[in-house]
Amino acid sequence: MNHPEHPAEHIAHTVDKAEFLRQLSQFLEAGNILSAPEAMRPYDCDGMSAYQVLPWLVVLPDTIEQAQAVLRLCYQYGVPVVARGAGTGLSGGALPVANGLLLSLAKFTRILAIDPINRSACVQPGVRNLAVSEAAAPFGLYYAPDPSSQIACTLGGNVAENSGGVHCLKYGLTVHNLLALKLLTVEGELITLGGAGLDSAGYDLLAVVTGSEGLLGVIVEVTLKLLPLPETAATLLAVFADIEQAGEAVAAIIGAGLVPAGLEMMDNLAIRAAEAFVHAGYPVEAAALILCEMDGMVAQVTADLVRAQTILFANGATEVRHAQNEAERKRFWAGRKAAFPAIGRLSPDYYCMDGTIPRRRLAEVLRGIAGLSEKFGLAVANVFHAGDGNLHPLILYDANQPGDLARAEAFGSKILQLCVAAGGTITGEHGVGMEKINQMCVQFSSGELRQFHALKAAFDPRGLLNPGKAIPSLPRCAEFGALHVHHGHTPHPELDRF
Amino acid sequence: MIEPGCDVSVLLRERVLAAIADKTSLNIIGSSSKAFYGRPAQSEPLVVAGHRGIISYEPTELVMTARCGTRLADIEAVLADRGQMLAFEPPHFGPDATLGGTVATGLSGPRRPYTGAVRDVVLGVKLLNGHGEILKFGGEVMKNVAGFDVSRLMVGALGTLGVVLEISMKVLPRPEADTTLLFTMTPDAALVQMNRWAGQNWPLSAACFDGEVVRIRLSGAQTAIAAALQKLGGDVLPDDEATSFWADVREQRLAFFQGETSLWRLSLAPATTQPDLPGAWFIDWGGALHWLKTDQPAEAIFQTAHILGGHACRFRSPLGGEFQPLSTGLEKLHRNIKRAFDPHGIFNAGRLYEGW
Repeated sequence: MNHPEHPAEHIAHTVDKAEFLRQLSQFLEAGNILSAPEAMRPYDCDGMSAYQVLPWLVVLPDTIEQAQAVLRLCYQYGVPVVARGAGTGLSGGALPVANGLLLSLAKFTRILAIDPINRSACVQPGVRNLAVSEAAAPFGLYYAPDPSSQIACTLGGNVAENSGGVHCLKYGLTVHNLLALKLLTVEGELITLGGAGLDSAGYDLLAVVTGSEGLLGVIVEVTLKLLPLPETAATLLAVFADIEQAGEAVAAIIGAGLVPAGLEMMDNLAIRAAEAFVHAGYPVEAAALILCEMDGMVAQVTADLVRAQTILFANGATEVRHAQNEAERKRFWAGRKAAFPAIGRLSPDYYCMDGTIPRRRLAEVLRGIAGLSEKFGLAVANVFHAGDGNLHPLILYDANQPGDLARAEAFGSKILQLCVAAGGTITGEHGVGMEKINQMCVQFSSGELRQFHALKAAFDPRGLLNPGKAIPSLPRCAEFGALHVHHGHTPHPELDRF
Repeated sequence: MIEPGCDVSVLLRERVLAAIADKTSLNIIGSSSKAFYGRPAQSEPLVVAGHRGIISYEPTELVMTARCGTRLADIEAVLADRGQMLAFEPPHFGPDATLGGTVATGLSGPRRPYTGAVRDVVLGVKLLNGHGEILKFGGEVMKNVAGFDVSRLMVGALGTLGVVLEISMKVLPRPEADTTLLFTMTPDAALVQMNRWAGQNWPLSAACFDGEVVRIRLSGAQTAIAAALQKLGGDVLPDDEATSFWADVREQRLAFFQGETSLWRLSLAPATTQPDLPGAWFIDWGGALHWLKTDQPAEAIFQTAHILGGHACRFRSPLGGEFQPLSTGLEKLHRNIKRAFDPHGIFNAGRLYEGW
């Protein structure tokens, strides 16, 4: 897959690499700098492995002072910088730029403090998501956002992407679970955003930086909110013969005033794939299944489960199973959590989408996706964070079949346009990165994009941080728009065509 | 009665374009219920109360979109009809308080530590920026990471970045039941106890301390509250008294909040022991919000809040509002951001900080 580079987003420089390396070696050990192609190869992509670019240089500083010095040097020479955590991102946000420095935060792996009484954790950006909850567990606390990559993904990347997970409906995204950040500006200045309290003076820069995909600064320390571990968690598995009924059941649960900790839906292809892979006991004939999890105090969970079960049956569930013990509850979830690799067994390749829609438009969007599937001749499995409307259609294709990949990309692009047309967004939790840069032109007008660029320039006037990601240039949108005339209306009509 | 909707965005945009042309500046006004908050306004009023009405509300999506001039009381009445609420329990500070003012001031009530603040529920905005452009950011969906989070940036910006014309926000179901409990305690014990409870599974929805008595509110299923009551002990406050008590905390109608002495707001880590500043204290948000009535100089209070890792603001005072000074690095960023949205300096100059 060729990643969609655009010349207008290229930051040119003519810096001599040998001289730049000499400057870096003034404050970094040889082991903190990689410049040989074979040594840099592991950094040529992130979790969006279809795009690969060898960086100009890779540096792995040990300290904030070293990272500051790296940024100052890059700023002085006009060298682009791409920050990277564990490289698990799914949208190519940490894809290197060919003439840029890749700044790995992999050595920042210390949990600096757990403060049980204030219920917070202060960690370096290279700490893994799950490691925070493990360190907090002895105090009866945990960190709520749980992206499916939580074994490997790191907090710096979670903040940069505003990561979600299956418990967002009740506990929110990363942005809802942060207290403070230490950020290095493009000039290498260390600033603190947020604070020890629940808010801070001035603009809410904590919110602006969260999800900014490495375009505004480099995160070097994160203070997280911790929550009490729930006393209990209980899960229902509801079986539906009709996917639209399943969608209505989800709406009914929310409408009845319940806020489940998790509310997930899978369609028939996803159910069959998961069952064949992990033998979770899923009903392989079902058109859809819903997993509904309640957590908290025992008495509250018991009351909520009874109501949820009644609502599920009232909305056409043919069967509702209640996990009888922790082993069964884990088995219910095992199928859902293994859905992506399970699809991977069915098909040589798959392409994961990440649109979010208002839940009430679910049936219509699923019909649209089914129609597109037929048109493009590619199968699609749907996994859905139903509670918050975040849809993950997985397009099955074979990269070895000529034309398959291009068709998968075109299909994916159409799905995202469906999501925008339904009042939703092109990305719920995976980020724009490089992958969805063109679809940004569909979701936002030129004025909105100009406002994004102005905000970017307030932090990074020369555009050195992660160029070409997240926010498309206007020339890119003019060209993309010219190719996607809709009902005779060209998006961004006021722009010159190239 | 709920006022009918009205879209005056075209007129508001004309006013902004005229201000750009005339090089004048504007002071955005809803109902002026929170005009006391922040530094005093100096410029021409731009009244946005006429831009009002709920545009969409879908209870099963937990999402409402309304214009900035919509009365908070109207919004709360419509939500209550469907068993839902604004979970951040916004203070009104006046009968005609608007949604726009709530977002601009970013103030949240007693429930804030347990269900989130205004900024946590804002999903999208329609913004009239300093170029006179009407732009949309975010949306009506819970999860959306496309583009920078401009919507949340507007919360608490006191109108300095533009007119927030429309707001989409997440709403939550009202709890089935509430019960308020009283415990007599010393200040040190109160802070420890409120934070211990918050670190356990109790269905807390508010916790405050008036110097003698801790009051906590439990919200959830009847059975869950009954189970919690058995284990927690304490004295139960009758329901009608409890409802008016929390409303009085939210609206600052308690006796503590009366009088001419400057009222300071200190936002601190929740288990912080009472700072060493003379004056009268009232603690909300389970310890994370300290109200202080004092005539101490501003510098002393800002310094104390800074050392404790938090921040302070002079909230209500004959001297006017004043916010915690920003670090040099942060101040530069703030000025850059202000210019990015409002290059001509039209909106609410000096309301947040002096000079811009």
